[in-house]
Amino acid sequence: MTGSDSAIPSLAIAFALGGVFGWLLERAGLGSARTLVGQFYLANLTVLQVLFSALVTAMLGAFWLDRAGLLELGTVYVPETFAVPQAIGGLLFGGGLLLAGLCPGTSCVAAATGRRDGLAVMAGLVIGILVFNSAFDSLERVYASTPLGTRTLPDLLHLPSGVVIALVAGAAVLLFAAAERQMGRRQS
Amino acid sequence: MRRHADPYLTGIGIGCLLLAAYVLAGQGLGASGAFASVAAALTAAAIGTAKAAASPAVAPYLPEGVTSPLRDWLVWELAGVAAGGFVSAWRAGRLTWTAERGPRVSPTTRTVAALAGGAVMGIGAKFARGCTSGQALSGGALLSVGSWIFIVTAFAAAYLCAPLARRLWL
Repeated sequence: MTGSDSAIPSLAIAFALGGVFGWLLERAGLGSARTLVGQFYLANLTVLQVLFSALVTAMLGAFWLDRAGLLELGTVYVPETFAVPQAIGGLLFGGGLLLAGLCPGTSCVAAATGRRDGLAVMAGLVIGILVFNSAFDSLERVYASTPLGTRTLPDLLHLPSGVVIALVAGAAVLLFAAAERQMGRRQS
Repeated sequence: MRRHADPYLTGIGIGCLLLAAYVLAGQGLGASGAFASVAAALTAAAIGTAKAAASPAVAPYLPEGVTSPLRDWLVWELAGVAAGGFVSAWRAGRLTWTAERGPRVSPTTRTVAALAGGAVMGIGAKFARGCTSGQALSGGALLSVGSWIFIVTAFAAAYLCAPLARRLWL
């Protein structure tokens, strides 16, 4: 990721950014498997509320910081798209999440706060990756299929990025309104 | 034990943190990559670095042999996540020693499900090239098409599996 000359300050930044991330995840209650899984039984919508408010904040912030000349968006790493393997990956990930109750980041928070299930999820993740690596010869064809390069929704939809950003933000507000209604119904 | 923070305010905080990561590190946050780094180091320790690095799936994680995780950005970030989570729970009186599970399952069932679920997620995160942090959050905010494919398919699969896993959680 980074040249070895600049490795130490960069690793210190990584630890600091991670520290704030873990602190915030724990504050929201996302170190708890039962809170996380509540999302999928519509009993607790913290996952949706935290994930999409974070996503929209970063999306709007990146757009306006770029406009203001404070962030060169062109230099930020955008994950490349591989349509079919990412759809397969998403399906496996969502199914696994329901068994595990924690995702990779939150499993660390769970483990660090004394939840043994978090440790088991962490061990499971390493096992899964070892299995994937050892079967890589036969999985590689699917893994490397449908490469679309660095592709964004505005490119795909042939819309200006400002329009897509407004649409995503609007959809998130509708989701939040639906979440509030759902939680209000549960309380009454 | 203190109550949890407002989810929207926490989300806005995570969004600002993500912006700081874009500015300071030129990349977003991640988690599954750190596990891949540890898995590669374990493979190198077991069968030797040369043999491990012969696999194109493992080689990118071994730029400095078995000790690579010690210099890996995501490993340090995830160590920070654990430290930050610990401090937060400690300050709020939420540290505990337990295994969280549904009311109808034994601790053993919970451990087996957590291991199996973790393994399936690990395979999924490899195919997707990231997880909730690296794809859904960091890539989603930059409107990457693959990140949004991941968000939609992961939520869809979780909702479809939820009725099957009721016994585990409710």
